[in-house]
Amino acid sequence: MNLSTPVVARLATVNKHYGKLCALDGADLQLRRGELLALLGPNGAGKTTAISLLLGLNRADSGTVELFGQDPQRLQARRRIGVMLQHAELPATLRVGELLRLTASYYPAPRSLAESAELAGIGDLLKRPYARLSGGQQRRAQFALALCGKPELLFLDEPTVGMDIETRQRLWLAIRQLLAEGCSVLLTTHYLEEAEALADRVCVMARGRVIHEGTVDALRARVALKRIRCISSLDAAVVADWPAVSDAQRNQGRLLVTTAEAEATVRRLLHADADLSELEVHRAGLAEAFVELTREADESPATAQREVA
Amino acid sequence: MENILPIHLPASGLSMLRRRVLGAYLAEMRSECLRYLRAPGFILPMTLFSTVFYLMFGVLINHGNAEAARYLLASYSAFGIMGPGLFGFGVSLAIERDGGLLTLKRALPMPPGAYLLGKMVMAMVAATIVTVLLLLIGVFLAYVELSGRQIVALLLTGMFGVLPFCALGMFVGTLIKGQGAPGLLNLVYLPMAFLSGLWLPLSMLPVALQRIAPIWPSYHLNQLTQAAVGLNQRPLWLHVLVLAGFAVAFLLLAARRLRRHG
Repeated sequence: MNLSTPVVARLATVNKHYGKLCALDGADLQLRRGELLALLGPNGAGKTTAISLLLGLNRADSGTVELFGQDPQRLQARRRIGVMLQHAELPATLRVGELLRLTASYYPAPRSLAESAELAGIGDLLKRPYARLSGGQQRRAQFALALCGKPELLFLDEPTVGMDIETRQRLWLAIRQLLAEGCSVLLTTHYLEEAEALADRVCVMARGRVIHEGTVDALRARVALKRIRCISSLDAAVVADWPAVSDAQRNQGRLLVTTAEAEATVRRLLHADADLSELEVHRAGLAEAFVELTREADESPATAQREVA
Repeated sequence: MENILPIHLPASGLSMLRRRVLGAYLAEMRSECLRYLRAPGFILPMTLFSTVFYLMFGVLINHGNAEAARYLLASYSAFGIMGPGLFGFGVSLAIERDGGLLTLKRALPMPPGAYLLGKMVMAMVAATIVTVLLLLIGVFLAYVELSGRQIVALLLTGMFGVLPFCALGMFVGTLIKGQGAPGLLNLVYLPMAFLSGLWLPLSMLPVALQRIAPIWPSYHLNQLTQAAVGLNQRPLWLHVLVLAGFAVAFLLLAARRLRRHG
């Protein structure tokens, strides 16, 4: 993403405490126009707090919080955003079309009802009372409400929880379409494949700080781990002590080895066990990279601090 | 970081037409009314409580005593008017704070106050419906003779008399989250109605309870509904003032709690 592309949402050295609990500890975050930033991190990492500050639901103790260069608590700024929260029980007796019309009324130049419904794939549900929708349909209706105001920035908090695979992929398609139109998206998700499929950049949070920010590839490369699977009689505990090997265990008769230097480890494995079979080597997925990163941050908060600075 | 260029778009293109903002307020009111009038769990207890009581005590047991029927029309109107305010505001606020709807609405660019205004209008509509039902029973079944002016006075008392109870309901709704609210509100609603003489005339209650009756807002509302049907000739300004003060006080308390605790 080009650095000259305008910033639509920004946190700069933001601190937020809830009583004694420190939710954000000098967090920095930037979202540029037209990009999708995936916010990842374990529960309690500060993702929800970061989003609620950007939505103007809370005020930061210190630091800068901006939406389109303005205070998010200003209505002007929020007229340019769409929101899909993780938990929101919408009025059960209102029909989907009525909910859409109501939400669209808050915006200066919303999409037409038909266009919003089409984008979210709920064209056939407009007359249905909200309570009579399945869980997945409710999530799609909420997505329609998020995009109906023709927002320039979309907040999607765990949007695909409760969706089946097909619905999820349709939602991804719709998100890509919005991105192509120049909309920016801030996505929080627990599904790493979702971040891999959609994100231009990922931002990993742990303990109130941003511990990594970059492209999906950069995140994977930063934790350049490979996973080796094979059938072997070698003792996992012994392999775990080899150089470059960070983990080795036995699972359902297979030896699983995580290593930073796949070539050297494979050579040694083959040398040590002539009967070794069914050898597979994988690049670590985002999931492993992510676990590794947050573990690093937990083990040495000092390092993480330096990297953020 | 010098390379950050926040967008400052000209405000003219984004500022919302006044007519559209007004439309948002209207849409919010319409939605609130629709959603509750469609919810039997809300509308039935609210209308049945007072109407069934009035049918029993004002029509069936009353044996054609017109003055008693007139008195009970006023006191059950007061009782019926309180419900939509307390429950419409209190229960819905408690549940919407719990279910995340309030959070979503606060994040969306809903114009300020539209949320509360919508609920207020809904409570006013519901209170008017209850008053109309009681009037129908009073006039056609209990044979209470009312002038046109008295009917209008009772309807207006219902429409605006609900507001202090909206404020009280809203305050209770900020104290408790979720499904516990109806129980707590009934603990407020029923004893207060009883202690203000809405079920039995105050003169039938112990003297100590008669003395403290004016501390309840429902007592003052009852004075107004009695006046509307022609049974209270004394000046009303003090009762109006107490109800208005009560409404403002609880509105401020509730607003403060909402700002602090969300």
